[in-house]
Amino acid sequence: MERTISRNSGESSLFAAAIRESLFAGLISLGLFIMLVGLKTDQNIRNELVIEQRWGLLASLVALTMVGRFLYVLFVRPALERRKLQKARVAPKAAEKSYLARNWTKFAVLFLFIYPVLMVLMFGLQGSLKWVDNFGIQVLIYVMLAWGLNIVVGLAGLLDLGYVAFYAVGAYSYALLGTQFGWSFWILLPAAGLMAAFWGVILGFPVLRLRGDYLAIVTLAFGEIIRLVIINWREVTNGAAGVSGIPKVTFFGLFDFNISSPYYIAKVFDIAQSGVYYKIFLYYLILLLALLTAFVTIRLRRLPVGRAWEALREDEIACRSLGINTTNTKLTAFAIGAMFGGFAGAFFAARQGFVSPESFVFLESAIIVAIVVLGGMGSLTGIAIAALVTIGGTEILREMQFLKVIFGPDFTPELYRMLLFGIAMVIVMVWKPRGFVSSREPTAFLHERKAVSSAFTKEGHG
Amino acid sequence: MTTGTDMNKPILEVEHLSMKFGGLVAIGDLSFQAKRGEITALIGPNGAGKTTVFNCITGFYKPTEGMIRLNGRNGNEFLLERMPDFRITAKAKVARTFQNIRLFSGMTLLENLLVAQHNKLMRASGFTLLGLFGIGGYHSASAQSIELAKFWLEKADLIDRADDPAGDLPYGAQRRLEIARAMCTEPDLLCLDEPAAGLNPKESLALNTLLNDIKDNSGTSILLIEHDMSVVMQISDHVVVLEYGRKISDGNPETVRADPKVIAAYLGVDDEEVETVLTEVGDEQVIHELDAEPDPEHGPSASSSLMAGPISDTIGHSNGHGELVRVTPGASKAEQVEKQAAKAAAAPSAAPAMKKAPSPKPAAKSATAKAAPAAKPAAPARQPKAASVKAAAKPSDEPKKLSNTLSAPRGGVPDQLTQIKGIGPVNQRKLNEHGIFHFDQIAAWKKADVAAAEAYLAFDGRIAREDWVGQAKTLAKAAAKAAKSGGRK
Amino acid sequence: MAAKPLLQVEVVETYYGNIRALGGVDVAVNEGEIVALIGANGAGKSTLMMTIFGNPRARAGTITFAGTDITHMPTHEIARLRIAQSPEGRRIFPRMTVLENLQMGASLDNLQYFDEDVEKVFTLFPRLKERMSQRGGTLSGGEQQMLSIGRALMARPKLLLLDEPSLGLAPLIVRQIFDAIRQLNKTEGLTVFLVEQNAFGALKLADRGYVMVNGRVTMSGSGRDLLADPEVRAAYLEGGRH
Repeated sequence: MERTISRNSGESSLFAAAIRESLFAGLISLGLFIMLVGLKTDQNIRNELVIEQRWGLLASLVALTMVGRFLYVLFVRPALERRKLQKARVAPKAAEKSYLARNWTKFAVLFLFIYPVLMVLMFGLQGSLKWVDNFGIQVLIYVMLAWGLNIVVGLAGLLDLGYVAFYAVGAYSYALLGTQFGWSFWILLPAAGLMAAFWGVILGFPVLRLRGDYLAIVTLAFGEIIRLVIINWREVTNGAAGVSGIPKVTFFGLFDFNISSPYYIAKVFDIAQSGVYYKIFLYYLILLLALLTAFVTIRLRRLPVGRAWEALREDEIACRSLGINTTNTKLTAFAIGAMFGGFAGAFFAARQGFVSPESFVFLESAIIVAIVVLGGMGSLTGIAIAALVTIGGTEILREMQFLKVIFGPDFTPELYRMLLFGIAMVIVMVWKPRGFVSSREPTAFLHERKAVSSAFTKEGHG
Repeated sequence: MTTGTDMNKPILEVEHLSMKFGGLVAIGDLSFQAKRGEITALIGPNGAGKTTVFNCITGFYKPTEGMIRLNGRNGNEFLLERMPDFRITAKAKVARTFQNIRLFSGMTLLENLLVAQHNKLMRASGFTLLGLFGIGGYHSASAQSIELAKFWLEKADLIDRADDPAGDLPYGAQRRLEIARAMCTEPDLLCLDEPAAGLNPKESLALNTLLNDIKDNSGTSILLIEHDMSVVMQISDHVVVLEYGRKISDGNPETVRADPKVIAAYLGVDDEEVETVLTEVGDEQVIHELDAEPDPEHGPSASSSLMAGPISDTIGHSNGHGELVRVTPGASKAEQVEKQAAKAAAAPSAAPAMKKAPSPKPAAKSATAKAAPAAKPAAPARQPKAASVKAAAKPSDEPKKLSNTLSAPRGGVPDQLTQIKGIGPVNQRKLNEHGIFHFDQIAAWKKADVAAAEAYLAFDGRIAREDWVGQAKTLAKAAAKAAKSGGRK
Repeated sequence: MAAKPLLQVEVVETYYGNIRALGGVDVAVNEGEIVALIGANGAGKSTLMMTIFGNPRARAGTITFAGTDITHMPTHEIARLRIAQSPEGRRIFPRMTVLENLQMGASLDNLQYFDEDVEKVFTLFPRLKERMSQRGGTLSGGEQQMLSIGRALMARPKLLLLDEPSLGLAPLIVRQIFDAIRQLNKTEGLTVFLVEQNAFGALKLADRGYVMVNGRVTMSGSGRDLLADPEVRAAYLEGGRH
């Protein structure tokens, strides 16, 4: 189809091509929708199967496709090609970035810090709950998880499909030790991280020799094993029923968020009682944890170990020829990635107050991997944007009540969450095959820091 | 151990290295040395096992047999065949480059060179822990490592592109970057796998300069595989030639270049200079022989009607079902020349090429040269016997060298020669083909016989080293005793 | 030249992202000719080879093969026009045996010649025959190069594109390959377009040559003339080889 329009052909042949292609697209859509839309099976009152014919709807769909294709071929595609050519013709000039663009990350972080305040100001104390908790905290948890996984997948190039296992290890570490021994969150947070890191190494050992698909499958299995152990080891984990009554986080013991406690925040500061304080506190907690992850990742990339991870992703054999112990390097990647997963898990348990194996299914791993891939492997900014789009986007869907006007009152947007998620993912991958931010920031430079185009970086072999 | 004596030791000693992949013998009993402060070149036809030797030295393959000893700068001795690959670079200080360039293409040139200094920086960063919190000497170590990287970027003429991704460099520059990266590990021995492949003459000239600079100024010895003769002949101090995993020549560039075996197996006769040299040497036989090749109808190997060389016989490979596929008989061109040369050696004019080669051990070829004059006059006398042993195809072509051959085993039953340590089934068969069936025959071998046998089997001094004669004597005695006692009963 | 060239490349521009690799290249290869393209590393020689095959696609200009505009044709359809290539980096199938690699090279229209063609390749490269049932990835670098050329020949091409056929090969084999190219050209009228770093050998072999600098063709002429040209000599020939 690409061939039918040559650049030299005139306006008339372009028009003909547009007509031809729109007819073709119409035919395809007719074939596709005739059964899906044109005919609908239904039950009548006597429980008989009847076929309802919807030719009108079918016709409008086909017409829509044809018009769309026609316009695309006639206007959009030539415009795109012209732009591409123009872009190539013009020497890529080093555009002086605006002040805002240069300090973009700083502004973003600043915004994140004032976000709860803004929400409270805009929606009131109770009204902000939804935006801080369901939206803010939820997105930040996934940002942190994806940043943690980024170390393994994005930097070291080891495809890990069982990352949720470490999330689970962290969550259960806090849940069990917190409920059994009543230890403080602040002791158990590092403990949960260490525990997850330990399991990261345990997973790392057997899979060291595996690459690519094989590695992915084994890590996937590992994730399922952890979940099944949690379900079946009832004496300790309480099985599928989960662990409840997990203690809340205190503000380093100075005040806490239990209404019954003498140190309840409202009593200490003498303000109105509200559940929002705890949520806002949790928001800042996860924000700091996520920023810690980012800080450590940035630091590590400039240390030899981080460079070795990236080198490992580029070429493992060359690494070995340079005297790098690839075994240790891979294990540290697994361990550190898992540790952040463990931190996030402990936070998750503290936030929910309840954990069960339900929260650690494969779908979670898949979503985290999807965020990393969508964001652009290795890029912290890209991953944060991807998390905002995918997690935030699906949360926003709940708010889109106006869709009911279009699709009828029984339409529940949340149910289409996964469908939209999938469509969005396909679109992004077609539009930006290497993720939102595909270029790579070098970790050291002599003269000037130039981003490395994704054409040169490798995704790793697993 | 004092440093003085260490400096005289060769940096790398490869002894009796063998590497087999299933049934395929990639390297067979290879021994050579690389001297400290020199550039040693490893050349040979494609598939001769050169890269396999590199992979053994750098630990990517574990050799089937043999020893690779590296004598480090401080008198440390490393047995490389026992070390994992990354440790060979880290501890024994051997760095390498790859035939198909392996750069970290998505990292900048500078980063590539920093990754090469991984171990040093790891220690400086307190294995990440101190570095993470900015404690300790990581900062200064990092600055130093950038200085070292800058030094090598300048040497490789790449400093202007330091911040570009390595994958963006043109091919020739990538080759230089790979060398610079290897040098950043501060190696004692640098192994370069075809550094000039894909370079134009001008670029390979620049490469020569770089390598000479490394040799003269960094104290790094170089071992290189190369097909570009302009590089090999101009910069190497010592050349080792492989064919079918065995050494066929070893010496300084001039000697090797004039070696008819090398010309036949590797250089070809297109090179006018070589041709002139040969004509000067008067080795018309060799020239004539070579001119006949490659035969466009059958290709070089099929056209060689000479007897199946002992070397090629041992080379076969598994076809995946455990069946052994034999190499075309007589594929080894060096072997054919060896036969020719042995004949020609009687004429003094051909001798210089052979005698010039300084060889640490009595190499097969010099043994042939030595043995030939003695064997030749005697040959006609023994011809009838030999003809009955061999397929009677070409009696005059076969210079007989062993003195005590038999046309058939006594009593029709040959001894189990494999009982002698060092003789395997293949060698036993070959010995049988040459009329050696019994222990007492081997036991009676004189020096000339041993040399001749070594030439047949392409073993350098192995018969003497493993004392086949001595072993055969004991076995022969035992056999005689057994025969006697058996006779009494 | 009266007849239309077999391959005509006209003002072709190719880009990698925003970087221009070829800036308006004109090259013509007549039927039955051997044409060599020489130039420094990074001049865009391999890019031109790949652009002829539509990967990357030329952003401007036209490429015609035997009268067909192939500028926008998908690569597999270009290959069906019987253009074969031994690309940069060899690109053999590492997990397939040598014989299977050759099978992949054979075009479906010529299956009746398969045995004959395999025999021809094995005659040219006896090493491949010895390694027939070995996997491609286990071959040495030089042997892989032979396999790549052999696979290209299996397609019975009208036009053979060779990207550095002598790369990593022993001098003896280089001579054999050049001899073979000459012979195929003479006996079967095979048209060859080759890129070489071994400028001396390539220009000696070729009827005509092009010199490429920074993505542009700066010089063209008969192989002999280019060899004699002082500029070419200084830039690409001197340096000790031959």
